[in-house]
Amino acid sequence: MTVHNLYIFDRNGNCLFYSEWNRKKQAGISKDEEFKLMYGMLFSIRSFVSKMSPLDMKDGFLSFQTSKYRLHYYETPSGLKFVMNTDLSVSNARETLQHIYSNLYVEYIVKNPVCVLGHNLDSELFSSRLDAFIRALPYYSPRAA
Amino acid sequence: MVIFSVYVVNKAGGLIYQYDNYVPRAEAEKTFSFPLDLVLKHHDEKVIVSFGQRDGIRVGHAVLSINGVDVMGKNTGEGKDILEYLRDANNYPVSIRFGRARLSSNEKLMLASMFHSLFAIGSQLSPDVGSSGIEMLETDVFKLHCFQTLTGEMVCELFDQNLKGALEVAEKAGNFGAGS
Repeated sequence: MTVHNLYIFDRNGNCLFYSEWNRKKQAGISKDEEFKLMYGMLFSIRSFVSKMSPLDMKDGFLSFQTSKYRLHYYETPSGLKFVMNTDLSVSNARETLQHIYSNLYVEYIVKNPVCVLGHNLDSELFSSRLDAFIRALPYYSPRAA
Repeated sequence: MVIFSVYVVNKAGGLIYQYDNYVPRAEAEKTFSFPLDLVLKHHDEKVIVSFGQRDGIRVGHAVLSINGVDVMGKNTGEGKDILEYLRDANNYPVSIRFGRARLSSNEKLMLASMFHSLFAIGSQLSPDVGSSGIEMLETDVFKLHCFQTLTGEMVCELFDQNLKGALEVAEKAGNFGAGS
């Protein structure tokens, strides 16, 4: 039961924040390329889902899973995208991501006059609070299962 | 509990079989008077609603028929351009049916290839070793289950969100991969 990593993208595709806890395999490409690939994949999945969907959608794409991990996705109305990779035991992390947005991002980044939105989030307070929050999650264990 | 459709994709990413079992039609037909308070635009050889969502007519819905006659792409059944037709006050009152546009076979081919690539990227971006591609993709309306056979083909099925235990069906269906 563990959280692998977390990405935060803004509406233009820039990766604002990335942090990992239990990642066992790197993608084999540089971090910049990995962020672009991740954003591109999510953009394509969203467009795929909106064309494929047989009915009108409200929230859109929520998550996908492979044989080893599950990717959870949450997008705010302002275009901010929160992406979290966990292992397969976590079925729904939407509330977690919503909590990260409303209680951590809004509180420590948006309300911070020093932080410039659209650039890398370099607030120490945000990073440490986010780290503490993730480690306190019921489905997080430091030793990867 | 419903299976919406099944797609079988070959190893190279091309769609080789597609079946629509249940396609729910969310349509709305209304009579309008001049001027039309919806904003319509051309998109992909269709006329879709871009602004003015109301009464069951959502943004993204396409014009399906005008006065009972099915439209043909951007033109009415008689061959006149739809946007020109709706700008003319003499044609009102007019009854238009809106709904989600059905996918053309070309679009299905493109979506299947797109999914094939996304499947591979899902495996590449894995934070854990030995991950397969995307096996299940979930939205608030449907769930897409994908099963990859030993020969490399993929069977993808779209299920209603209420369906449980769908994976056994996909696994049983996976045993007919003959050649690539």
